[in-house]
Amino acid sequence: MTLTRTFRRVIGRGDTAATAAPARSSSRSRVLETAPVDIAPNDPILDYFHAGSGAVAIDDLHLDSPAVAALRAAGVKLVVPLISQGELIGLLNLGRRLSDQDYSADDRRLLEKLAAQASPAVRVAQLVREQEAEVRARERINQELRVAQLIQQQFLPKTLPDLPGWQVAAFYRAAAEVGGDFYDFIDLPDGKLGLVIGDVSGHGVPAALVMATTRSVLRTEAPRLVAPGRVLERVNEFLDADIPQNMFVTCLYAVLDPRTGALRYANAGHDLPFVRRGAAVEELRATGMPLGAMPGMRYDERETRLGPGDVILLHSDGLAEAHDASRAMFGFPRMRSLMGRLGLGHELIDGLMDDLGRFTGPAWEQEDDITLVTLARSAGVSGEHVLVEFHEPSVAGNERRVMERVAAAIAGVRLDPKRYERLKTAVSEAAMNAIEHGNHGDPDLPVHVRVAVTERELVVRIVDNGGGKEIPEAETPDLEAKLAGLQKPRGWGLFLIKNMVDDLRTHTTETHHTVELVMRLDEKEAAR
Amino acid sequence: MTTETSAVRYVGGTAVVDLPPQIDSTAEHALNTAYASAAEHGSKSVLLNFAGVDFLSSTGIALIVGVLARARKDGRAISAAGLSDHYREIFEITRLSDFMAIYADENAALKGGTK
Repeated sequence: MTLTRTFRRVIGRGDTAATAAPARSSSRSRVLETAPVDIAPNDPILDYFHAGSGAVAIDDLHLDSPAVAALRAAGVKLVVPLISQGELIGLLNLGRRLSDQDYSADDRRLLEKLAAQASPAVRVAQLVREQEAEVRARERINQELRVAQLIQQQFLPKTLPDLPGWQVAAFYRAAAEVGGDFYDFIDLPDGKLGLVIGDVSGHGVPAALVMATTRSVLRTEAPRLVAPGRVLERVNEFLDADIPQNMFVTCLYAVLDPRTGALRYANAGHDLPFVRRGAAVEELRATGMPLGAMPGMRYDERETRLGPGDVILLHSDGLAEAHDASRAMFGFPRMRSLMGRLGLGHELIDGLMDDLGRFTGPAWEQEDDITLVTLARSAGVSGEHVLVEFHEPSVAGNERRVMERVAAAIAGVRLDPKRYERLKTAVSEAAMNAIEHGNHGDPDLPVHVRVAVTERELVVRIVDNGGGKEIPEAETPDLEAKLAGLQKPRGWGLFLIKNMVDDLRTHTTETHHTVELVMRLDEKEAAR
Repeated sequence: MTTETSAVRYVGGTAVVDLPPQIDSTAEHALNTAYASAAEHGSKSVLLNFAGVDFLSSTGIALIVGVLARARKDGRAISAAGLSDHYREIFEITRLSDFMAIYADENAALKGGTK
């Protein structure tokens, strides 16, 4: 295949650098003005050229070869094969000599020498051309991937739902060849929340478009129908009519009632979510065919209840089906056992991703999109009471909004007015650090805030998407040096926080910074 | 009493700077121009009036440190008045109070603090 492709190009294009110029200008023009000669890959003449017997006089050949006939018709008298490293890479075609005499033995020797010297140069030129074509093809693919990525990002949630008493965290990392993973949160009547995780078969733009469609239909149907099985049925009808052949969507759809912890769910062929209750981890089973595979499907609907401290993990196959260097699979059992050991929220997600990193090693190229969505019900048993949980986009100045929202939430906590003011300052400083340093002022990255009280303490937790780099220890700024102009006037934030609160706890993972501002509550200051 | 900019009043030899409500990065321009006009006016003493301030961040503290550094270089005294108990505590924790006189309010400052 490659031989003929290379071959045709050399023969077919008179203007290419790869076409070696014949010795005589008149014969060159005569040959190059004729139509390109196509040589089929099974033409017997190729054996002739390949045999390395040097210049071939076309008129002396008695072969049943369409190529020979074509060359004769084009006025070619002598063909000198260009061979590079045993591979036929082109031909030097010569027409009649100007004198109309046959080519002499000297002529042939000269041409063969010329061919031997020209071949490597022609080969190099061909390789450069191939390389250029490859680069262009790669750019086209990259452009397509960018479009796919754009669609994908457009339709993934920008923020997480505010759900008092619940902790929601989500993670999505696209593979180089963007897959069709998606997740979504849908506000439903009566304060219920729809949770979606799905995976479109295939990659790139087609998968991204099907993902976008699926999401839109889900968003339209979910609030109207509520019942997860019915919702999937409707989405299946829609998709079945429009989806390209051989494509389908696996999808798990669940409806949570945050007040009771009731979780109703249906599954269209998606990986089963894990739920952790105490130390036990189990799968949430429900059966159903993927969406868009065939019409008239029914989806089994199940219900479970998430109690205080319970955690649910929705996931796509990108994690379980990741392979290490020896092609061993990460697998569901490993996920399940990790789920039993790890914390909740970002800790759970970070723990899973950290373990994946250890499993695959540093040289790993992510095979498929990885999506993780986790939902945890705050543990009531420890006596912790979540006052508020919210997030603000990372926009300069929002530290004050965070401060005001926390201040409003703790209004009922009996905290000395002086300590109340101190905590407010600490919150605004920690939020500013999260916005500026953790999230680099990217408005798409939220700062998560959670305020909880136990009998003994009030804890404001602020989480950003920094991670990787530890939050430095708070140091006492050198005011003399700053006043003398030897240091910048800035650098007061952490020092202030440390001095405003009873305890400052920081935690850094690969992807997140967590700062906890703790105010101790004595018996008088205990929560309501 | 003359007023050169909306934020600076001149009382005797003292330039009184009425600070905006929010002392953070948004106050940088106001603070710097106020100091510059006080300097241009030749005031030997600048009083930062915090009476209308309800929010002071670490960035605001850095701005005050910057102004204080400039004033010390220029041989100009800086004092503060009208701080809430909470922000007064912050001035103590940051030791800004070691480098500038702190008065309960503007009246106290002008009575006892002008040179």
